[in-house]
Amino acid sequence: MLMIPCPWCGDREEAEFRNGGEAHIERPKNPDALSDEQWADYLFMSSNTKGVYLERWVHDHGCRRWFNVARNTATNVILSAYKIGQKPTKEERQ
Amino acid sequence: MKKYSIFSLIRNAVEFHQNWEQVWRSPDPKPAYDVIIIGGGGHGLATAHYLAKVHGITNVAVIEKNWLGGGNTGRNTTIIRSNYLWDESAAIYEKSLRLYEGLSQDLNYNIMLSQRGVMNLAHNLHDVRELQRRIYANRLNGIDSEFLSPAQIAEMVPIINTNADARFPILGASLQRRGGVARHDAIAWGFARSADNYGVDIIQQCEVTGILRDGGKVSGVETTRGTIKAPKVAIVTAGHCSVVADMAGIRLPVNSVPLQAMVTEPVKPILNCVVMSNAVHVYVSQSDKGELVLGAGIDGYNGYAQRGSLHVVEHQLASLCELFPLFSRLRIMRQWGGIVDTCPDASPIVSKTPVDGLYINCGWGTGGFKATPGSGWVFAHTIAKDEPHTLNAPFNLDRFSTGALIDEHGAAAVAH
Repeated sequence: MLMIPCPWCGDREEAEFRNGGEAHIERPKNPDALSDEQWADYLFMSSNTKGVYLERWVHDHGCRRWFNVARNTATNVILSAYKIGQKPTKEERQ
Repeated sequence: MKKYSIFSLIRNAVEFHQNWEQVWRSPDPKPAYDVIIIGGGGHGLATAHYLAKVHGITNVAVIEKNWLGGGNTGRNTTIIRSNYLWDESAAIYEKSLRLYEGLSQDLNYNIMLSQRGVMNLAHNLHDVRELQRRIYANRLNGIDSEFLSPAQIAEMVPIINTNADARFPILGASLQRRGGVARHDAIAWGFARSADNYGVDIIQQCEVTGILRDGGKVSGVETTRGTIKAPKVAIVTAGHCSVVADMAGIRLPVNSVPLQAMVTEPVKPILNCVVMSNAVHVYVSQSDKGELVLGAGIDGYNGYAQRGSLHVVEHQLASLCELFPLFSRLRIMRQWGGIVDTCPDASPIVSKTPVDGLYINCGWGTGGFKATPGSGWVFAHTIAKDEPHTLNAPFNLDRFSTGALIDEHGAAAVAH
């Protein structure tokens, strides 16, 4: 089980959280201007990174807040957790 | 290749099993092939077998970074069935089941197919309606499927808790009698032996590190054992499909997540079919060795570590004990995880790609084992003819931009 560092509550067990998929996917500003391929890329395609992966979690059995986590998907080591709206550091983006 | 038979078994027994011939060669990679298949699991080896057998293409290399069938082929719960709701899925899984039915003879390798029946339980009125809808859809597609009442379930599997006052009462089940289980390692080894016999080079302990392109066309692969040229390259790497596709600049709608399974200590025959339940989320069968083999849902996050979290295992076991109270006294012997490649519509991708000569077969998610021969058969056709077979045409990569998704979430007789 992962031990997830909630930015508000501290280290809590994974069972308290739910994963929200890849982080920093921005909804296109003008969806009507997109081609079907571009829309599919936004909607369905995922980077599915092996290595450091930026993802969203929600502490739904705790403070119920959303936040971002940088986790290595090959080792499950969590590098850091940071708040929604913040950008990952260069190290986290590796 | 020496034929396996009762006579070869007796002959080798007399010789104290010292003279069995090697099942496949371990050649060094040649500089070039007609087709390179990346991934030596069941699907990759099946593709090599059918490329050689059906299409006469034998100058083929199967490149595997580890050992044959050491990924999801050796980690699944070996369930085979074809009772899918949608026509497209029903057709491809039924093709696969038909191939399974003749596979031991085709490969001259005992895959230990046991068509003991697959039962899907319904625990509420909605389940029953969905189940009956699926049964009728299956029958329209020529797939055997029948409804069982709780009394019929109790007759077939007396140990299941069919009491009306159970927390999740059992109101009925669908049964596909032609469904069942097979020996998963034998699938990989049988296909490997056959492909090798046709002249396919199976290269283990060789990792692909890059996909070479010439303009918009594929020209070979970089590996840890040097460059290998080929005009056609096929990616069949399941959990790692995004990693390999990324080498050719292709993005996939796939997320790789852990899926855990386990076996109990062996006991005498107690469960004579496969039992699956969506609402009380678990599926279980008994292996020929007597172990109960069980699995359930995926873990809740992306991961390549081939391991998952313990609370998922706990949930699985709680579900098992809910359905079969007497199993609470069994001990778990082994538990493991694999990386499954899940698609947004819970259907696979067997397709050409934007790169000429590059083909991809992935996204089978939690249900790839049952599809192994069918997947190899249609993928071999796609590679040989450079166009998909009618069976896999709907499972193209373009469906995510055209919107023609094949949404098997919850429709496929098991929760994803």
